[in-house]
Amino acid sequence: MTAPNDRRTLTSEEYRQAQDSAEFTELRKRFRSFVVPTTVAFLVWYFLYVLLSTYAPSFMETKVLGNINLGVLLGLGQFVTTFLITQLYVRHASRSMDPIAEDMRERLEQHEFAAGTTSEEARRG
Amino acid sequence: MADVLAAEETVGNPGINIAIFGVFVLITLYITFRASRTNRSATDYYAAGRTISATQNGLAISGDYLSAASFLGIAGAIAVFGYDGFLYSIGFLVAWLVALLLVAELMRNTARFTMADVLAFRMRQRPVRTAAAISTLVVSLFYLLAQMSGAGGLVTLLLGVKGEAAQALVVILVGALMIFYVLVGGMRGTTYVQVIKATLLLAGALVITVWVLAKYGFNPSSVLGGAADTAGAKVLDPGNQYGISNASKLDFVSLALALVLGTAGLPHVLMRFYTVPTAKDARRSVQWAIWLIGIFYLMSLVIGYGAGALVGPERILGAPGAVNAAAPLLAFELGGTVLLGIIAGVAFATILAVVAGLTITASASFAHDVYANVIKKGEVPPNGEIKVARITAIVIGAIAIGLGILALQAGLNIAFLVALAFAIAASANLPTILYSLFWKRFTTQGALWSIYGGLISSVVLIIFSPVVSGAAVNPATGKSTSMIQDVDFHWFPLNNPGLVSIPLAFVLGWLGTVLTKEKADGDKWAELEVRSLTGIGAEKAVQH
Repeated sequence: MTAPNDRRTLTSEEYRQAQDSAEFTELRKRFRSFVVPTTVAFLVWYFLYVLLSTYAPSFMETKVLGNINLGVLLGLGQFVTTFLITQLYVRHASRSMDPIAEDMRERLEQHEFAAGTTSEEARRG
Repeated sequence: MADVLAAEETVGNPGINIAIFGVFVLITLYITFRASRTNRSATDYYAAGRTISATQNGLAISGDYLSAASFLGIAGAIAVFGYDGFLYSIGFLVAWLVALLLVAELMRNTARFTMADVLAFRMRQRPVRTAAAISTLVVSLFYLLAQMSGAGGLVTLLLGVKGEAAQALVVILVGALMIFYVLVGGMRGTTYVQVIKATLLLAGALVITVWVLAKYGFNPSSVLGGAADTAGAKVLDPGNQYGISNASKLDFVSLALALVLGTAGLPHVLMRFYTVPTAKDARRSVQWAIWLIGIFYLMSLVIGYGAGALVGPERILGAPGAVNAAAPLLAFELGGTVLLGIIAGVAFATILAVVAGLTITASASFAHDVYANVIKKGEVPPNGEIKVARITAIVIGAIAIGLGILALQAGLNIAFLVALAFAIAASANLPTILYSLFWKRFTTQGALWSIYGGLISSVVLIIFSPVVSGAAVNPATGKSTSMIQDVDFHWFPLNNPGLVSIPLAFVLGWLGTVLTKEKADGDKWAELEVRSLTGIGAEKAVQH
């Protein structure tokens, strides 16, 4: 526990060191490897649905169940995938991103990323 | 029931409607007063001390997001245009994935109060803050116009208020209440109003949904069949509203683009991420919001087709408030004056909560970005900023009241008006937000070109679109759907500018960056990236 007035703000140097660290590279990789392909996938699926509704109405009018046609079903499919992606992301983030982020945050608060910081200094923070 | 409509142009019992509305106002005023006790610092006023829980914030986000446009506009669009109205709800929902995956947590970790905090993080402060504040004000005012226009239509329908002076008085009353919530309650008071409203809205929608389903033996296919019987088989097929010509088809794609990219650029939505203690709470509040909003839109599908089946598009379009009257008319059809009164109360609560959220966002942006950081260069006592925010809230409230009174004349679907606000937000804000968070080389010039380019192009294209002038005259009403009658200066064929202005803003952001000699600040980039992903240095909750 450090008293507030003992606390230094982090220097640019420390942010640079943290950014270059292996654990940050891993954190960024885990974040981007989920977020980028997922974003591309849901945008493609959404626009596929929009373009089918616009330019292939007779396909979307195909009746599937009673009065429910393919268009309504694919539209409901958009709801399902949105809910699914939300749950998958929250799980991914709390399992594989939060632990690294928390660990790095603690170590940054202890100024362990400052260049030339001895372990002694880091402990005093 | 048709004779009730014809005779008085009022549905239900205005006394009951006003009584229910009055109860809501009293409860929220009490809560707002209680919330005001902890308003001491700017963090309290703008961000509720960052002590809102993820669940509360999720409800408040839904409360902010499920505006009159969602409640009245989407149900109406589905009732009248069927399948094409469905697109609104899908776009509005899928858009939340952009906010969840790319924006919410990173913004919570890096900003203090406003969108400009992130956009100006590694840029020259004053020009970028000014640009972001201008775009925040424009988007908020557009959104306010839509809400106030909804309030106008609703008042005519539900309170039996006749005559322009009397209607204007009601809008002034709504505006005054909203200013009061914001001035006294700040973000905490506003949040509580939104939580209560979201709960009422979801409960009200659930009652109508179950009721409609019960009428059709809990078989969704039969509800659709009922709508097809009353409104014609075409309501179940795509293309009723947008399938008419090649231009209208492109318009549909343009609308879809604006809807899906707009949400994560809406300043009042972004501001809600700062009210929670940590980025993890921001994530969980968006998770809550996605489920609540998604379930609500699923219900509005039933409500919309139910209104199409049980009320019918002709009566909806003939009622005051036109398309926006579908849900209230359905409530009256099902449960008579009492259910209508409840839905009326919910709709009023909706408008009040959303306009309060917009007002606090716009006033925060002006006070924090323009006054404190640009005019005073950061040299203001903390109380000075709140004082300016409160004065701004009054000014913006007054402007909203003025616009609301003007908007009483317009019969535009509010979902459609809100879609325009989304298009502006997606053009002016989202490209810069994404570039700032993810592109190392992004520079001040890129940010300015993207914000101003997106803002100006979207607004100019709207002004010269059929929305403002020159839309074909509807033979049924004898009126054009444009805001201005009998003049035609439009040259842009689409109602929604997104298809042009959003890609343009992305290109301008890139072009502005590569065409400048200025180098991105590597230190600031390191700080932004590390802070956004780890949460180090993020603003903490205020202990009272």
